[in-house]
Amino acid sequence: MINKADKNITDVLSQIKDGATIMIGGFGTAGQPAELIDGLINLGVKDLVIINNNAGNGDHGLAKLLKTGAVRKIICSFPRQSDSWVFDELYHAGKIELELVPQGNLACRIQAAGMGLGAVYTPTGFGTLLAEGKETREIDGKDYVLEYPIKADFALIKASRGDRWGNLVYRKSARNFGPIMAMAADITIAQVSETVELGALDPEHIITPGIFVQHVVQIQPASTATTATA
Amino acid sequence: MSHTSYTVLTRDQIAERAAQDIPDGAYVNLGIGLPTKIAQYLPDDKDVFLHSENGLLAFGPPPAKGEEDPELINAGKEYVTMLDGGSFFHHGDSFAMMRGGHIDICVLGAFQVAANGDLANWSTGAPDAIPAVGGAMDLAVGAKKVFVMTNHTTKTGDPKIVSKLTYPVTGKNCVDRIYTDLCVIDVTDKGLAVTEMVDGLSFADLQALTGATLIDATNSK
Repeated sequence: MINKADKNITDVLSQIKDGATIMIGGFGTAGQPAELIDGLINLGVKDLVIINNNAGNGDHGLAKLLKTGAVRKIICSFPRQSDSWVFDELYHAGKIELELVPQGNLACRIQAAGMGLGAVYTPTGFGTLLAEGKETREIDGKDYVLEYPIKADFALIKASRGDRWGNLVYRKSARNFGPIMAMAADITIAQVSETVELGALDPEHIITPGIFVQHVVQIQPASTATTATA
Repeated sequence: MSHTSYTVLTRDQIAERAAQDIPDGAYVNLGIGLPTKIAQYLPDDKDVFLHSENGLLAFGPPPAKGEEDPELINAGKEYVTMLDGGSFFHHGDSFAMMRGGHIDICVLGAFQVAANGDLANWSTGAPDAIPAVGGAMDLAVGAKKVFVMTNHTTKTGDPKIVSKLTYPVTGKNCVDRIYTDLCVIDVTDKGLAVTEMVDGLSFADLQALTGATLIDATNSK
């Protein structure tokens, strides 16, 4: 019997080693898997490459991970925010490497990895500093930049509900990068507010099919389960 | 610089003016900052679908106090609500909407716009600044129409509408129309055509505040 929801955070995360490349879901703090990140901090791995849309907010979650010095490089689209002081300080001190990627290119490069594509031609960024030195091609009168897939050893994402086969549904704008990151990592770990029985999630409504998910970890106590509908 | 004979538009007035050009049924992305204000001036009798890059279509006004949901935010990370008929989707689909030419209009802020429609709005190129780009480059190449909403000059009085960008480009030849606190400009094959100016402002005054050659098209409307 397959049960992807049978381990606790500590056991699931213990397979992550120094030097890992890790996608972390979220747009700002919406959809950020805060408890998985805390678990990663406790694990104490270092020399990490992190892929996220931002570079942490405030002093919690991703910002807290950055502050520990565990992250060697971050790949993101929008690091500079009013509350990104942790990243700002590391960046100015030369303690973290930044690969800045236009947000849509971040998304399509992650998708390319999940879809098994060798690369994508994207119009975004053509003629800009962010496409400098990259191959370009004119297709049907329009200019494109060749961008390579971004894949990861692990994806840490946040969903609303999941079942033991790894099927997931999300909540509102917390969905953001979750579904595409789940497809692009060797091992996807989803934290959910609630694990439900097989069949409780309507197949018509499942956003991430379980084939893309290796582990489901429930964070909130199951006391909210009575209100659940698919 | 004398403002004796004319009054510049407020930020809200620029937003109100830009809102008039958004047609019923349009799919629209409003950039972070000034353009976000346009949402307040969209008439109730129009169905305008606001898109947010983090996976929202047809979002609505901010929630009442106490109703804020940290998982229901727009691209500016402000709390919003959903309209009936609104939808959620992941980032791949969201940028398919933007890059794939499905967004009718985007309205972006600008550091500079050049006479040929080049836009700079992501980096000043300052050596110690942290670069951030977000979805601006995707909107610049992907939206059917790119509008810019900006003050006509910088706080220090330097032109933001220029013959050639001095800041790093966001998108080439992408801007279709510019709304400033002084005027409305269409970017055309022939150049920058001024279609409206605030009352009391002369074309010569406007030209003097602009770093690129303007065409007076105020009578051709």
